[in-house]
Amino acid sequence: MDAVIDFLPVLLRGFGTTLLLLLIAGVGAFVVGLIIAAMRISPVASLRAFATVYTEVLRNTPLTLVLFFCAFVLPYLGVRTEYFILACIGLTAYTSPFIAEAIRSGVNGVAIGQAEAARSLGLDFGQTLRIIVLPQAVRMVIPPLINVYIALTKNTSVAGGFFVAELFLSGRDIINSRGDAVFAILFSVAFLYLIITIPLGRIAAVVERKVAILR
Amino acid sequence: MSTSVLFDAPGPKARRRARILSIIGIVAIAALVAWIIFTLASPRITANGVEQPGVFDPSRWDIFTDLALWRGVGTAVINTLRMAGVAAAGAIVVGILFSFGRTANTAWVRVPVTVVLEFFRGMPVLLMMLFILLIFRTGSYWAGVLALAIYNGAIIGEILRAGIASLPRGQRESGLAIGLSPVQTRMRIEFPQAFRQMLPIIIAQLVVLLKDTSLAYIISYPELLRLITNNLSNYYGNRYFFPLFFLCFVIYLALNLTLSFIARRVARRTAGGYVKKGKAKFEAPNVGVGGGSVPL
Repeated sequence: MDAVIDFLPVLLRGFGTTLLLLLIAGVGAFVVGLIIAAMRISPVASLRAFATVYTEVLRNTPLTLVLFFCAFVLPYLGVRTEYFILACIGLTAYTSPFIAEAIRSGVNGVAIGQAEAARSLGLDFGQTLRIIVLPQAVRMVIPPLINVYIALTKNTSVAGGFFVAELFLSGRDIINSRGDAVFAILFSVAFLYLIITIPLGRIAAVVERKVAILR
Repeated sequence: MSTSVLFDAPGPKARRRARILSIIGIVAIAALVAWIIFTLASPRITANGVEQPGVFDPSRWDIFTDLALWRGVGTAVINTLRMAGVAAAGAIVVGILFSFGRTANTAWVRVPVTVVLEFFRGMPVLLMMLFILLIFRTGSYWAGVLALAIYNGAIIGEILRAGIASLPRGQRESGLAIGLSPVQTRMRIEFPQAFRQMLPIIIAQLVVLLKDTSLAYIISYPELLRLITNNLSNYYGNRYFFPLFFLCFVIYLALNLTLSFIARRVARRTAGGYVKKGKAKFEAPNVGVGGGSVPL
């Protein structure tokens, strides 16, 4: 246990980096995902096709490969920047199609009569989406979105394999200098992940129940 | 398709606008692709001052005629599939055990199993791999297999539990009424139906498992990514780094798209099972973000 207390600052710094990754990639992926989702339901065929290909390719590529691309191939192609930023780019790119899918399935989940009623009132595409469909979709989208963020939290650990000193890598580094306390260190790292993921999961469950009652 | 409701059948003006937008979109995407191709094709000075020809230069792809390379690639694919296969079998077994524990009638079994499940599902697979590697000293192969089996087993267990919960109550009641014991009812009446019902989602989770074998890269297991981009690239030289990475990407894409395709086929074939409408929360298979499709 003393190893954990000795290295607590390192561990907490790693935790901070994990939170920062989560925040940046989370916001970035939400913005990109929203754009991709809008492209997928838009009337313009070329945008729809692009969004579909983007989603399918990224969803079927392992995260390790995406981060590997960002950490090694991008610098190889001439992008020179910190590993932290590269990892943010990778996590954003990897997470965005899942967000897009969650949003799209929420939009598709709104009863079709709602859109029909809006259309028959004379609202156009933008108005229908903005005033009728999206406000309802948001509620249905929140639980799956939270699940995407839980997965993102766990996925930030992969960035540790690509030189970003987040929680996983900090734990690994501490083990290198304190090989006698492996169990305690790994357990505290796991604990720090769990204090993000389990509350998020609880929130998702509560929201899901609330939405179910309203419908 | 609700998309068609969102906008009118376009009139001449809207059609023109859509066409213009479509062309702008195509031009923008084409420009992006062209820029990428141009960047890749232009020669580059590497860190040690050697000029490398562009990516499309034949001299950077000539190793693909080398048989030894393909043998290496074969080994890499087999290593990945070996890990995925064993882990998948393990995950299903673990998942079945978890689902029984989670739905047990005695709180003495149910509560601890629930806590353990939450614990396994809430932490990264990578951390679990490291844990098994360092604590049990299993070597990277078994560390990867066990971590993937336990983690995905926890998720599959939760999927099966939801499957059992979505069955009509009458199934269990009639099982008990004809004199089967509770355990027999679970094994012979409820479980087979739940398994069949949830098969598409389980397969989707196995696609996630296949994707996650690449995490073993970080604990130095020679799977696809490590073997191809590290070992082969060191052997053949840095010049082939990008082509080899690209090969790796294509192999993963092919593997995963094939499995996803199978999952979709299975989903269509098992659709229309015997489940209360609106109770089965799980949607069509969706290659998960890596955390699985089940709410934590």
